[in-house]
This record gives sequence, structure tokens and C-alpha cells, in this order.
Amino acid sequence: MLEAFLISTIAMATPILLAALGELLVEESGIINVGIEGAMLAGAFFALSGVYFTGSIAVGLTCGIAAATAINAMLGVLLINLAVNQVVAGTALNIFAAGITGVFYRKFFGITGKAFIVSPLHALAIGPLARIPFFGPMLFDQSPLVYLAFLLVPVFAWLIRRTRYGLRVRAAGERPEAADALGLGVYALRWQALIVSGVLSGLAGAFLTLAYANTFVENISAGRGFVALAVVILGQRNSWGLAAASLLFGAAMALQFGLQALGTAVPYQLFLALPYALTLIVLAFFGGQARDPSALGIPYIRN
Amino acid sequence: MLARLAKPAGAIALAIALIALVLLALGASPAGVFIALWQGAFGNWIAFTDSLVKATPLVFTGLAISVAFSAALWNIGADGQLVIGAIAAGAVGPFLGGWPRPLALTIVLIAGAIGGAWWSAICGWLRARRDTNEVISTIMLNFVAVQILSWTVHGPLMEASHAYPQSMRIAPSAEMYMFMPPTRLNLGMILALVLAIAMYLLLFRGEVGFQLRAMGINRRAANFFRIPIASLTIWTMALSGALAGIGGAVQVSAINHRLYEKISPGWGFEAIAVALVARLNPLGIVVAAIFFGALDNGSQAMQRAEGVSPVLVQVIQAVVILILLAFDTSAWGNIREVFSRAPVAATSIEGADA
Repeated sequence: MLEAFLISTIAMATPILLAALGELLVEESGIINVGIEGAMLAGAFFALSGVYFTGSIAVGLTCGIAAATAINAMLGVLLINLAVNQVVAGTALNIFAAGITGVFYRKFFGITGKAFIVSPLHALAIGPLARIPFFGPMLFDQSPLVYLAFLLVPVFAWLIRRTRYGLRVRAAGERPEAADALGLGVYALRWQALIVSGVLSGLAGAFLTLAYANTFVENISAGRGFVALAVVILGQRNSWGLAAASLLFGAAMALQFGLQALGTAVPYQLFLALPYALTLIVLAFFGGQARDPSALGIPYIRN
Repeated sequence: MLARLAKPAGAIALAIALIALVLLALGASPAGVFIALWQGAFGNWIAFTDSLVKATPLVFTGLAISVAFSAALWNIGADGQLVIGAIAAGAVGPFLGGWPRPLALTIVLIAGAIGGAWWSAICGWLRARRDTNEVISTIMLNFVAVQILSWTVHGPLMEASHAYPQSMRIAPSAEMYMFMPPTRLNLGMILALVLAIAMYLLLFRGEVGFQLRAMGINRRAANFFRIPIASLTIWTMALSGALAGIGGAVQVSAINHRLYEKISPGWGFEAIAVALVARLNPLGIVVAAIFFGALDNGSQAMQRAEGVSPVLVQVIQAVVILILLAFDTSAWGNIREVFSRAPVAATSIEGADA
């Protein structure tokens, strides 16, 4: 029981962590991407569609990444080049993604839904490590995307805090005018961050449909992108903190399945609401010590 | 006046062109879809009045968005606030049998207002006292509200037969006054109009409205001028939530007469499109809400005639918002002129009618 719960926790944390790492880079560059939920949803639908129509996981992952990156590119034009309100544009793209995936889902599969099921992205056991009792299945017999997400944690920690590139990105988020005056190219840095985030959001979405559900239901992302936004704040804008916060929400999501399976007298809606309520409570009372980038969320117009 | 309407009109024209592209990608005929939409929305008297019925919740939620966004409080939670308002109305409604109708109706509406107000005020309080981003907090409470609704209709408020996941029917005395049956025109629509005028006066004719908009344009400067930022934040969010909550109560009282899951098809999000088309002007919101209400109403006919899912309406909403944002940005000037003025920190939308 505990083992199943922990395996599930790591799996549920993965899409949140992938999305949150991308969002971290985007926020360090000075943009708050509320549209991350929509990018994840588009990634989820088009990844599954790609696999469904071609039978190839590689094509599916590419479609998912392309769809999420396309959403982020639309956001890039609006937020970076046109300097519009970031919250409103992000919200609009969430509605857009929900609409586009819904329309094409019903077009492809009817309202009742023909079997929109693919063979999943299989778990990848890492040799003898997977046979370690208890920890083996949890840490070394998971989807390749799980390994990727957790391997990216030190990579992002190093990239953002230890490299010249990371310094430039943070300059764009702290003092865009000064960064531009130094010739760092704020627009380019922000575009690059959004593209990276698009790729990671696409993978996060693909994980939901290809590795977890093996099918698509409308709004399958179910607020995970928004949770990723909260995770960036809770994780103190530090990759390792993001991983810890993602695992916390992974646990809250895994808990609902475990407790539903137990068939307790407590209404199941309480467990469905738990990850969101927990996000809000933790954010309000345990978050916020890390300072936001100074220019976060402020439209920047180059002079 | 005409010049102010030119931009939204141009945006809608461009939106129609983009939607046509999406329809071609779906293999549907754009002309057929637009004709079906029009027929479904305005084709006959019942269709027309039903468009107004569908516009009503959008007026309430649109006003909620308008009030909050004018203060640069990004309330994305109008949907959850409407749901909590509906739950409050649906919870008191069944127990008002025998009460004088005006009194029972008033209680139902006040219940809705209080329900939405405190739900939203949580986020206002968190923003003011804990510096918690209201975008995230309002979105999270949307998800929680949906689960509370699901719990109430499966649990404490479930109808006596326990056959369906829906609540007990509200008492006849708690039902809204209806006009001209068989249409569903009702007193709730008049209330929507009255509130639109009241919000216009509040925002543009009153001291509080001035302070609220000043806070929207520059929070720090407003603080400097001794505008009470913290309490204004909480009260603005409460007012915003109350408007959405009244919308939920009107829906229960006039149309549904009980609660069930998915009582809102996403009005709180559609309201963002409504409010932006109206450039946050409460009077404009009535017009914009009728446009989007007609779209919702016509989409049912569109599905019957052209086989396109009504979900398309969401694509249309999003395209309208995105195009309006792109049209309305202050960045155009800077793109055109290489040598331009100082950067504009605040966005253009909240200052549109300031």
C-alpha cells in the first residue's frame, strides 16, 4: 500500500515538476505564464493524437511538444512583442487550448468517444536497480519522462544559478532596461525561456496522456499547470525546492486514489479538492519568502 | 463614440476570419456555421429571448470581472464565486415555502451575494495580508467550489428520492418573477441592468470608484496618496464575488430551480471576454454579454445543423480576447516609432476608460 502510494506520488509529481521547471525559467526572465495550463492541455491532446494516428511514441511526443510550443509562441508574440497584460493573455490561451482540444477531440472521436486509447509509454526498468526491494520499483522502474524530470532538477539549478546564461536570464527578469542597455537582448532571452517552457509543458501533457491515463478526457490537465505556478513560489524559485513542492502535490493527488480505494465514509469530493486547497493553504501560509524577480509580470517595452 | 466602437468592431471582424479558418480545418462550412449560429441566436422570438436569458449570467460575471480588473485585481475565480452563490441560493431556497415572495426572493439573492462575496474575499484577504497572488488563489478556489457543489448535490442537499445528483427544488416563493411565458424572460435580467448602472456610477462617478481605479493604475502611487490599499483590495474582491454570486442565485431562482453538477458552463471565464470587449465599462458589458449569450445560444443550433461541437464557442471567446489584447496594446506606438516615449508599466486595458 505504502509502496503503491509512493510510486504514484512520484508519477503524479512528474508533470507538475516538468511544467514548473519551465515556468521557473520563464519567471526568472520576467514573465508570468498563466497559459501554462493550456500549453499542457494542448500537449496532452496532440501527443495522444499523434500516437493514435501513427502508432509511434516519437511522433506523439513531437506533436505534443509542437502543440505546447505553438501555444507558448502565441503567448510570446503577445507578451514579449506586443507587451499585453500577461494574466489576461494567459487566461485567454487557456480558454483557447480547452476549446481547440475539445473541438478536435469531438471531431475525431465523437461525443461518446470511440476508444481513444493507445499503448502507453512503457516504464523503463534500469537494470538490476529496479529489483532493489521497495525502492527499486519507485525510483528505477518508472516512465522515461519521470527520470527526465528529476534529472532536469540539477541541470536547471546549475543553468539558472551557475552559468552566464542564467545570469542573463535573471538580469532580464530583474532590470530589463539595464539588461537591454548592456546588449543582453531581453526579448530574445524571454523568447528562449518561453520555448523551453513550451517543450517541457508539452512533455508534461504527453506524460498525462501517454504514460498515465493512456487516453484523453476534456480538461485532463485539471489545473496541474496552475499548481505548477504555485510550485514555483512554494519551491522558493529553486529547482530543488520545486522538486520537493512537486512531490508534495504529487502525494496529495496520489492520496485521493488511495483513499477512494479504501472506500472511507469521508466524501470523495474532499479528496478531489485536496490538492487545490492544499496549494492555496501552503502558498498563503508557508510560501512567499523568496523574492519575486523585480520585473515579473510587468509588460516591458523596449525603448 | 463611433471611434471607440471601431476597434472592437475591427477585432470582431478579424476574429470571425480566424474562426472561419478553424472551421475549414474541421471540414465545416464557415458560412453554414455562421448562418446556423445566427438562426439559433436570433432566428425567432423564443431564440432571441433565450439569447437574452443566456446573456444574463454573463452580465453578472462580466460586472464581477470589470470591478476587479479595474482595480488590477486579476480575479480568475468568478466561476467559483458564481457556483458558491448558487449553492447558497439553492441551500436556502427550499426552506422558504410560505414566505412572502418578495421577501423570499430577496433572501435568496442576498444568500447568493454573501456566498460569492466571502468566497472571493478570501482571495482578497490573502492578497492584502499574505501577499498571495490572487490569480493562483482564485483559480484554486474554482476547483474547490466545483467539488463543494458536487458534494452538496450528492450529500446534504440531495433531493428526497436520491435518484439523481441534484438538490431539492426551491420553494415556489423563492422562484424569480417570470415575464411573457413561454419565454424565460425574468426579473433577474432587470436586476442585471440595474446593477450594471450601479457599477457604472460606482466606478466612474464616486470617490470609491476613483480610488479603486487609481489602485488599478498604480498600486504604489495609490498607497502614497493614502488610498487604503489593503481594505480596498478586500472589499473590491468581495464586491466582485458578490456580483458573480448574485448571478448564481438568479440562475437558480429563475432558470434551474435547483442545483446540479456543472451548473456553470464556464461563465466566469467567458466573462473575461465579455469584460474585455466592453473595455471594462459596466454599461458596455450588457451589450457584450448579449453578443456572447447569443453565441452560446446559437452554438446549440450550430451543432444540430453543422455537426460542430458547441465547444467551438470557447475558441471564439479566446480569439476575441487575444485579438482585442493585440489591438489594444500600447506597444504598437513603440513598434511604429523607433524613438518613443517612456515605457508604460501598467497595461492599457484598465486605463481604457479612465
